[in-house]
Amino acid sequence: MATAEEIAKEAERRDVRTRWLLSAPALIIILLAATGPLLIVLVYSLLTPGPYGDVKWQFSPDAWVSVFMERDIFDDTLSLAAAHVTIFWRSIKLAIVTTIATLALGFPTAYFMATRSEKTRDIWLFLITIPFWTNLLIRTFAVLQIIRNEGIVNTILIKLGIISAPIQILFTDTAILIGMAYVYLPLMVLPIYASMEKLDFRLVEAGYDLYASRFQVLRRIIFPLVRPGVIAGSILVFIPAIGAYVTPSVLGGGKNMMLSNLIELQFGQGRNWPLGSALSITVMIIVMVALLAYVRNAGRAEVRHG
Amino acid sequence: MPEQPGKNAIEVRGVRKVFGTGEHQVAALDTVSVSIRENEFFTLLGPSGCGKTTLLRLIAGFDFPSAGEILLYGQDIAPLPPFKRPVNTVFQSYALFPHMTVAENIGFGLEMLGKPKAEIKARVGEMLKLVKMEALAGRRTSQISGGQQQRVALARALAPQPKVLLLDEPLSALDYKLRKEMQIELKRLQHETGITFIFVTHDQEEALTMSDRIAVMSSGKILQVGTPWDIYDKPAERFVADFIGETNFLTAAISGIANGKARATLKSGATIEATVAEGFQPKDNATVVVRPEHAKLSNGKGDLAGTVENIVYFGTDTHIHVQLDSGEAFTVRQQNTRSAGCGFERGDKVGIMIGNDAAQVLRD
Amino acid sequence: MANFSIKHQPGFTAIAATCFVVLYLPIIVLVFYAFNAATSTSEWGGFSLKWFQSAWQNTQVIDATLRSFQIGSVAAVLSTIAATMAALATTRTAPYPGLTFKYAAINQPLMVPEIVTGVALLIFFSRIKIFTGYSGLGYLIAAHTAFCIPFAYLPIRARLENMDLTLERAAADLYATPWRTFRRITLPLLWPGILAGLMLAFVISLDDVVITEFVKSGGQDTLPTYMLGQIRRGITPEINAISTVFLLLSVAIVTLFFFISRKRD
Repeated sequence: MATAEEIAKEAERRDVRTRWLLSAPALIIILLAATGPLLIVLVYSLLTPGPYGDVKWQFSPDAWVSVFMERDIFDDTLSLAAAHVTIFWRSIKLAIVTTIATLALGFPTAYFMATRSEKTRDIWLFLITIPFWTNLLIRTFAVLQIIRNEGIVNTILIKLGIISAPIQILFTDTAILIGMAYVYLPLMVLPIYASMEKLDFRLVEAGYDLYASRFQVLRRIIFPLVRPGVIAGSILVFIPAIGAYVTPSVLGGGKNMMLSNLIELQFGQGRNWPLGSALSITVMIIVMVALLAYVRNAGRAEVRHG
Repeated sequence: MPEQPGKNAIEVRGVRKVFGTGEHQVAALDTVSVSIRENEFFTLLGPSGCGKTTLLRLIAGFDFPSAGEILLYGQDIAPLPPFKRPVNTVFQSYALFPHMTVAENIGFGLEMLGKPKAEIKARVGEMLKLVKMEALAGRRTSQISGGQQQRVALARALAPQPKVLLLDEPLSALDYKLRKEMQIELKRLQHETGITFIFVTHDQEEALTMSDRIAVMSSGKILQVGTPWDIYDKPAERFVADFIGETNFLTAAISGIANGKARATLKSGATIEATVAEGFQPKDNATVVVRPEHAKLSNGKGDLAGTVENIVYFGTDTHIHVQLDSGEAFTVRQQNTRSAGCGFERGDKVGIMIGNDAAQVLRD
Repeated sequence: MANFSIKHQPGFTAIAATCFVVLYLPIIVLVFYAFNAATSTSEWGGFSLKWFQSAWQNTQVIDATLRSFQIGSVAAVLSTIAATMAALATTRTAPYPGLTFKYAAINQPLMVPEIVTGVALLIFFSRIKIFTGYSGLGYLIAAHTAFCIPFAYLPIRARLENMDLTLERAAADLYATPWRTFRRITLPLLWPGILAGLMLAFVISLDDVVITEFVKSGGQDTLPTYMLGQIRRGITPEINAISTVFLLLSVAIVTLFFFISRKRD
C-alpha cells in the first residue's frame, strides 16, 4: 500500500513525463531543422574551404580571421579587411537607420490607432495587419515598381515639371532604406500599438491638469509608459534588418553589398563555406547582443513601473 | 467518542496537505480527521484560506494528500484518480460545458460511464424534472441565467447517482433572494435523494440553516464538529464563538469541574454555572462566552453590572451595548415586543442576568 | 477655447494617415498594373487580363505554385500538430524544471535571422544529401515545418491560456478519462485556436523566401523563389499578375484568421 506522499509524488512525476512526451515532436523538429544545424555552422567555421565549395575536414582558424582581417598575399601580414568592414558597417548602419525611421513613423501611427474609438480601432488594426502578412517579396517588388526610372514617382515628377530627367533612386542605398522602412513599418507599429492600447489616458489627463504642455506629456508620461512596446518593436525590426536579404537584393541590385549578400557569396562563387559560416555566426552574435540589451532594458522598464 | 449509528460515507484520517518545499512550505491542511455519515448534510464552514476547499478537492480527487488517508465506505480512495471515484462535484463557477446543451451537460457523466442511450435519456429527463428545467433542455448553457446554470450544475452532478455529492460554495454567485430559495431546494434534494452532501461555505448563516452537522475550520485545522445547536450554543474555541453569530467574551476563574460542568467566577464577583468545552485545561484566566440573546437586562442587580453605552435598533430586536464595571464590554439582545423603545437609555446603570445553561467555557 | 482633446498630439494624425496611404499605395499600384494592357509601367494601355492569362499558361509558374501549396499544406499540418502538443505541454501549469528551456526552444526560430538559418540548413542538408542521396521536397518540408511551429504555437497557446481548467476537472469528476476529456472538452474548445494556428503557419510557409532559397535544390522553385529569380532578371508585367493573385490569397486567409480570432465562443 503506497503512502499518501508516494502517491502524490508519483502523480507529479507522471504529469511531468506526459508533458515531456507531448512537447517532444516540436522540440525534435526544431532541434533537427533549426537549432541543431546552427551548431554545425559553428563547426564548419573552423574548417578549411574545399576546392569546389563545401569543406575539407581540416581545422583552420582562417575563416574567423578573414571575417575582419585579410592577409596580404605578398608578405603575409594581417591588415583590416576594408571590404568586409565596410559591409558590416553598412549593414549595421542600415539596420539602425531603418529602426529609427520606422520608429519615427510608427510611433505616431500606433498612437493614432490607439486613440481611435473602440469600434474603429479594430478596422485600423486590420488595415495594418494586411501589409504585415503580405509577402515580403511582393511588397519589395511593389516599391521597386514605384521608384524605378519609369516608375510612378519619376513619371509624376517629370509630368509636373519638377525634374527633366528621371532621378536614379533604384539601386542606391536610399532605395534599400526606403524599401526596408516600408517593409518593416508594420513590425514596429504592432508592438507599440499593443503597449499604447493599455495606456490609461486618465494619466494623460492628470498631466494636463498639472500644467504640462503637449510635448511634455508626450515625453514624460506617454513615452515612458509605452517604452516596453517601443523596445519590442525596435528589436523586431533590428534583428531581421541586420540579416536582410530580399530587400537589399532586389532594390540594391547587387551593387551595394550587404551582409546577407556577402554570406551568400561565400556559398556561391566565393566557395568559402567556412567564411560564410563564420560570418553567419557573427551576425548571430550581433543579434544576441541586441537581444540581451532588450532583455536588460525591458527588465529595467518593468522595475520602474513596479 | 461514542459510536454513531449508520455507516461512515467519508472518513478523513490525519490528512495533511502542504504546498511548496523547504522553508516556504505552507500547510493548507494540518492533520485533519473527520467522519461524515451517510445521508447527512455535512458542511465545512470557515473563512477563505481555512482549507475547506482544499479538503473538498482531496475528496474529489483533484489533488493528493501529502499524508493521511481518505476512505469512502471503508475503502481508501487516495490512489484513485477523480474519474474513478463515485463522487461528484458542483463547482463554484458551475463549470458547465459551453459547447453542449443543458441536456448534454446533464447526461455527460452517464455517457462517460457507458450507459445505454435510452437510460441516459430517461435519467436526464428525471433530472430536468427534479430541478425544474425541462423547458430549457435544448438550450446552450451560455444562454441561461446564473440561477438556471446553478441548477443545471446540480442536476449534472446528481445524474450519475454518486455516493457523495460535493458542493463548493455553489450559492455564492447568486443574489440574496435566489440564494434563500436554493438553500431550501438543496435541503429538499438531499432529503429526497438520500445522497450524502458535503457543502462548503463561508456563510455561517447558510451553514446553520442547512446542515445536519458542521465542521468549523480555520488555518488548515478543524476546530469543532457538531450539530448547528452544538456549534452555536457550545462553541469550543474563541474562533468558533467569534465566527458564528455574535458573542460576549468574559474572563473568569473556573472551579469545580465535573461532568462537563463547572462554576465560573466572573470579574464582577458573581459565580454562575457554565458548561465546559472538551479539552479544557484548568488555567487562571479562562474565557466564558454568553450569547447576547441569553442575557437579560434589568434596572436592578444581576450577575454583571454596568452602564448602557449604546443602543442600536434593528427592527426585530435591539442591541444594547453595556460597558461593564469590570471594564469588559457586553451586548444584550432584546426582542422588540413593545412599540416604543426598549426600556433603557444611554447612561442607565443596569444589571445583567445570565440565563441558565447560557454560559460556556472555551478551551483556549 | 476649442475642444481640448487630451489625445491630440500635433502632427501625429498627419503622419499616421501618410503612413497608411504610403503602405497601401505601392500595393495598389502593383494591382493596378496587373490589369494594364501596356507592357511598360509608365503608361496605361487599357484594361486587360492578358498578364493573368500568360501567368496561368506559364508552366513554371504553375509548377512553382503547386510546389508552394504542397510544401505549405504539409508543413502547416505537421507544425500545427506539433505546436498543439507543445502548447498543451507548456500551458496552464506551475513552472516545472525544463519549462523555460522548452519555451525558448519552441520560439528559437523567431530569434535567428533567416539568412543564418538558411545557411545552417544548407550545410546540414547538403551533408545528408551526400549521405543518403535523397534530394526531394523533404528538406524543404522539414525546414518549413520547423519555422512554422512558433507561429502556430502562438494562437493555440493564447486560446489555451484563456480556457478554464475547471472544465476539464469537471469532466474528470464526471468519469471522463484523460483521453476522453481531451477529445470531448479540450479539443472542441481549443479548435478555433488550432485553426488560427494552421492558417498562420500556411501563410508563413507560403511567404518564405530566404530559407527556401538556400535550402532548395535546382528545379525546386516555390512561387516566391521563382518570382525572386524573375525580378532579378528583369521585370515582366506577369509578375504583377502573379503578385496580385498571391496578395488576394493572403488577404483572404488573414481576413479569415481575423474572424476566427475575434470569435469568442
